[in-house]
Amino acid sequence: MSVIKVKNISLTYGKGTSFCKTALDDVSFEIEQGEFLGIIGHTGSGKSTLVQLLNGLLRPDKGRILLNGRDIWEKPKQIRQVRFKVGMVFQYPEYQLFEETVRKDIAYGPKNMDLPPEEIEKKVEDAARFTGLRPELLDKSPFDLSGGEKRRAAIAGVIAMDPDVLILDEPAAGLDPLGRDALLSEIKNYHDTRRNTVLLVSHSMEDIARISDRILVMNKGKNVMLDSAKAVFSRGRELESMGLRVPQITRIMMLLREKGIPVDTGALTVEQGFSEVLGCLSQKHSAPVRP
Amino acid sequence: MKEFIKVKDLYFKYEEEDGQESDFALRGIDLTINKGEFVAVVGHNGSGKSTLAKHFNAIYLPTTGDVTVDGMNTKDDDRVFDIRKKVGLVLQNPDNQIVAGVVEEDVAFGCENLGVPPAEIRHRVDEALKAVDMYEYRQHSPDKLSGGQKQRVAIAGIIAMEPECIVLDEPTAMLDPRGRDEVMETITKLNRENGITIILITHYMEEAVLADRVVMVDQGRIFLDGTPREVFSRVELLKQHRLDVPQATELNYKLRGCGFDVPDSVLSEEECIEAIMKLIKG
Repeated sequence: MSVIKVKNISLTYGKGTSFCKTALDDVSFEIEQGEFLGIIGHTGSGKSTLVQLLNGLLRPDKGRILLNGRDIWEKPKQIRQVRFKVGMVFQYPEYQLFEETVRKDIAYGPKNMDLPPEEIEKKVEDAARFTGLRPELLDKSPFDLSGGEKRRAAIAGVIAMDPDVLILDEPAAGLDPLGRDALLSEIKNYHDTRRNTVLLVSHSMEDIARISDRILVMNKGKNVMLDSAKAVFSRGRELESMGLRVPQITRIMMLLREKGIPVDTGALTVEQGFSEVLGCLSQKHSAPVRP
Repeated sequence: MKEFIKVKDLYFKYEEEDGQESDFALRGIDLTINKGEFVAVVGHNGSGKSTLAKHFNAIYLPTTGDVTVDGMNTKDDDRVFDIRKKVGLVLQNPDNQIVAGVVEEDVAFGCENLGVPPAEIRHRVDEALKAVDMYEYRQHSPDKLSGGQKQRVAIAGIIAMEPECIVLDEPTAMLDPRGRDEVMETITKLNRENGITIILITHYMEEAVLADRVVMVDQGRIFLDGTPREVFSRVELLKQHRLDVPQATELNYKLRGCGFDVPDSVLSEEECIEAIMKLIKG
């Protein structure tokens, strides 16, 4: 069953001014319950606008967004409920920390949902565990944490609301490769445990390829692809024409294939690429395929 | 080649607010950077690479040891401004570095503070914006620019001060692939065409490959220093320090490990493909 259904939505910023810009143009797609969806697209492709529409921060000019079958703008006064159900982690969420302690900061969302105190406490601790925050950090000031810990505390604040859909906009930006891997596997683990829906916006094709069930590709305000990672990345040339970059190993496979070597251009990791090349070397006398 | 920055037996530790002392962030760094070089400094967060970068223009001073810039010791209070004129610093987040509401005013900010005459500022700002390919945006508001464009404006602001060396601390970490390419092209051009010494702090191996020389830092020490080709042939050592190599390099390394006749080290997609084509056709 689809948790989110986007039907023909369009949005234009600054209508009637000289800065008028169509950010989304007749976009339609569905997201399945429990899915891990990666969203890619170059700067200005409309992906941030799209995720802000999904939790009701922006309202579309045209079209409808259905959450569990109901139009989120059916009762505009209750749009706040949608924001509890569709949790949004913005870019650099650590700049939004403000409370005296990490515990209070994470509890801010659940508190606004009017939950009883013991339930809030449990949600805070669960959220801290999912994001790998050590219990002793909970009573510190968020401003005494390291960069990576701050990022985790901010993400925990959204997870603590236990949203049906969790949206993360570039959660690993600015982290080093180790920090990035750790954070992404925590998000993956959260998804595997809770079985809810996660949407991840990223510039890193390697990360998106590794973690997503399906990938949505945005270009110039339109959704141009929605498919498995393998299927999306095997269309490397098209992605490049949209200003996106495929993983280096995928590019190598693509270029080898253009030279007539029969490798699978859907290879996403060095291991996969390596076994493709080994396969070709072991049968190098077979007839080359057409590129 | 002429020595420009010389780091001698540098130890550094941060002082904590409550008077407690922390561990050394840098432990015995020796490094000489020559005029006109393009050096990439690579390491994890917490490896000490950014701490090291901030020693190059006297933002941090050594706890023990010395850093000299064109012969001037960074500990010499009277020379701090001369040092900062020679060595400009570009930071990770372009939004934290932009001060004015119009691109060309932002680029002029540094020059104004140096007391450069107005006519000269006009000339320098125009040249700097042309050098980073942002001249046509000179009248724009910086907040309407993309991340890569903002970062190039920040670099133009440094160029306008006519430094001999630019230190860039993870300038592409917040940018998308296109913005990253723009900034890397700009940096490479400034080095090759204008002869500006570049020190690039990064954790992207694809960027380090473009430098003349790569310095690898872990736990406050330099553990590897050489040309990209030398450094990236040491795949095992890099993995021990939990650093990646470019995927092309790793694929070649795996093939070599299986006994195939491929080069010691490849750095680019093209080299990797050439090696594989040779294997298949040969």
